[in-house]
Amino acid sequence: MSRETPAAGNGDLVAGHALLAGFRYETRPVVRGYNDRVLCVDVGTLEISEKPVPGEMKAKFTGGKGYGMRLLWDAVKPETKWNDPENEIVIGMGPVCGNTNYPGSGKSLVVSLSPLTGVPIDCNVGGYFGPYLKFSGFDALELRGRAKSDVIVYISGNEGTVQILEAGDESQDSHLLAENMVEIFARDEKDRQHVSSVSAGSGAGNTLIGCLNFSFYDPRRKVARLKQAGRGGIGTVFRDKRIKAVVVRYEGLSSSSNNPADLPVIQKTGLKLHREIIAHDDEQCRMREIGTAHLVEVMNDYDLLPTHNFKFGSHPDAGKIDSHHFSAMVTHGLPDGCWFGCTLACAKAADGFELTTGPYKGSKVTVDGPEYETVAGCGSNIGILDARTVMEINFYCDTYGIDTISFGTLTAFCMECWEKGILNADRTGGLELTWGNSDAVLEMLHRMGRGEGFGLTAGQGVRRMKAIFAREYGADPKLLQDIGCECKGLEYSQYVSKESLAQQGGYSMALKGPQHDEAWLIFMDMVNNHIPTFEAKAEALYYFPMFRTWFGLQGLCKLPWNDIEPADNAGTSEPAKVPEHVQNYVDIFNAVTGRSIDKDELIRQSARVYNFQKVLCLRMGRGRRADDRPPYRMMGPVTVEEYESRAERYDKQLLEQVGFDPSGRTSEEKLEALRKYREDRYEKLLDAVYKRKGWTPAGIPKVETLKDLGIDYPEVVEVVKALGG
Amino acid sequence: MSTVKFLKKHEERCTGCGTCMRTCSTTFFKTDDPGRSCISINPSQQGFAISVCDQRCRLCIAECPVQAITVSAQGTVLVNRKICVGCLACVAVCPIGAMKHQPPDAGPFKCIACGACARKCPENAIEIAVEEAQE
Repeated sequence: MSRETPAAGNGDLVAGHALLAGFRYETRPVVRGYNDRVLCVDVGTLEISEKPVPGEMKAKFTGGKGYGMRLLWDAVKPETKWNDPENEIVIGMGPVCGNTNYPGSGKSLVVSLSPLTGVPIDCNVGGYFGPYLKFSGFDALELRGRAKSDVIVYISGNEGTVQILEAGDESQDSHLLAENMVEIFARDEKDRQHVSSVSAGSGAGNTLIGCLNFSFYDPRRKVARLKQAGRGGIGTVFRDKRIKAVVVRYEGLSSSSNNPADLPVIQKTGLKLHREIIAHDDEQCRMREIGTAHLVEVMNDYDLLPTHNFKFGSHPDAGKIDSHHFSAMVTHGLPDGCWFGCTLACAKAADGFELTTGPYKGSKVTVDGPEYETVAGCGSNIGILDARTVMEINFYCDTYGIDTISFGTLTAFCMECWEKGILNADRTGGLELTWGNSDAVLEMLHRMGRGEGFGLTAGQGVRRMKAIFAREYGADPKLLQDIGCECKGLEYSQYVSKESLAQQGGYSMALKGPQHDEAWLIFMDMVNNHIPTFEAKAEALYYFPMFRTWFGLQGLCKLPWNDIEPADNAGTSEPAKVPEHVQNYVDIFNAVTGRSIDKDELIRQSARVYNFQKVLCLRMGRGRRADDRPPYRMMGPVTVEEYESRAERYDKQLLEQVGFDPSGRTSEEKLEALRKYREDRYEKLLDAVYKRKGWTPAGIPKVETLKDLGIDYPEVVEVVKALGG
Repeated sequence: MSTVKFLKKHEERCTGCGTCMRTCSTTFFKTDDPGRSCISINPSQQGFAISVCDQRCRLCIAECPVQAITVSAQGTVLVNRKICVGCLACVAVCPIGAMKHQPPDAGPFKCIACGACARKCPENAIEIAVEEAQE
């Protein structure tokens, strides 16, 4: 491919951005879900190139996150840090991605070395960018290098051109920038839905918890809406590379854009699920009404809603932030899918929301969300029981490019540190971080946006704050470890896992850090007691992470798997797996690719990528057994206050499970006995899960496991052998 | 006041001869195939049930993510195939099965109240009518 200056872009607005580099490529149709090539953009050297996907990579890594992990391995060295130019942001799609028939088929998988953990993070994100990039000709995009000053990368998918442009004076904040990108790159009003951007707001560059915003233009609301690649600070990496936005324009989408092997099967399977959703969503999860926020009251009822830094699982005023309050704020009756054909339509939005704080005070804006995680993290977990305030925090987190989950969990940590006297007004620059202090929380968030004072400290995340508070303020490191809800450096997402050993493992063994997308086993374990033994828990902690990994290989959303279920699902042999939907996935994969996998091969596709990712973590110096241990707050009551709040439950457990008679004992003694028991059980769980996964007791994949999966590449074997695998 | 142009049914007159379905599919798809007819006739307890879009409920319009479904000046609901991305959400949301699809067609099809079937119906069981739209 020649390096040449492409034809002028889409009008005067593009012309206002100096062209730094251009690249022309041959456009060609996708074949059975694949392009078999990757686009590489180095914003430092201004080199743009394409490279073919080798057959071995396609066979073993499938697509999406699998491609991301393979490409990231090749790009980095064991000593690479998140802010080295060689660290990449890889956006991968997957063969099923972009079909318009099966709900939840528009996801992009973003992979990078995380500023928070130092190991690969992966995020599953909606919006139009990924599918448009795929139909523009690429299965993945590698972004590397660091620009001298802010740049915009523009992919014109129908013309077959890629440009690196000098950024202008557009606002960095995503609600404005995404609009600006549509304004610049769309040819007219009707063209706006053909443009999608990736950006990160001002807060992403000032903290380590930056997220990426993927846009999707809503022609009814006439606004560029945003979905987040939230976890692990990829937005921070993006801004460190001085990328202001990556934009794609593509028109011509149809149900056959993937050129699938068997379109009728995809159409019939998709239509079947559409009908299931239309018929049953109202009586199941109400996703079409209010999205994942429907979970708030469910979690509160089961004592799982994080409250005051995960101390408690419910709040007496949780009704003030239940889904009905948000339902009253969002606009109904619109097709709120974040990709075409998603009738589950969980991407809700409040329109005309008037902001009361910050740089956009007084503006009326569209707020995407809130999702359950945001309500729990930026609501009950920090003692804010006001739906309007949660909405305002949600808006500013998004536009600043800040992950609402990490923001919620780290704010909760700060508030508990305030409660315990570790923080005070002198140390926070006047922010009174008491439970529920909305003004202080919003001001801390704005300081992250501005890059000021305590906003910078808090923006480092819980793990670094623990070190700072111990070093600077003399706080007890053991206490900080117990109450700082992070594992591997990533803040926990928003479920109380104390009463579910399996979920403690699901969280803390998750390769990227404690995000619930590997496994959510609380109901199976705690409520229904379907996995009572260590072996049963280990089997669940094998199957579900593998099954859920598969969504990320394909460009699929998890929600249409089990947030809608067939009417007869409860009567099946394994209702937690939703067998009919698993078969749907097998069917649509085969229909797109022309292959003939079964549900076992589906798990093997995931297991290859999962184990490869594990070894990549090990190669980066992490991922050992010690890294899989949670802080005790996620396992049981740390304080007397917590113990006594659920004394009846814990006393009963001591008597019946631990063999420790609580009568006449102090709360401190009971705490200690319960802790010893729970920590011991967690170690036994680690043993059982590692064994089931084919790993050593140290958590190292065995060479034979890698061989069995066909990923015993010399560079992979070398890593595990050195660690006794 | 806007109007709705639609196919008015007189089911008590229908004999189930199928002329309407043949007319529709041969007019629009050049094939005699009941699966490619916008109008369906099915036996019912009273005789025959005629299923066809009433042009009024418009759930399909609200469901379409790309605004490919609109109401014409005459008051009929139309699918713009140039804009349609073929997701078939409109097919699923239609409460009476009047938004139709035949795999592997790219998108759905529906009655546009053209009147071809009404002109051929030997029993005058269907006719084109124009009424005031109820907002």
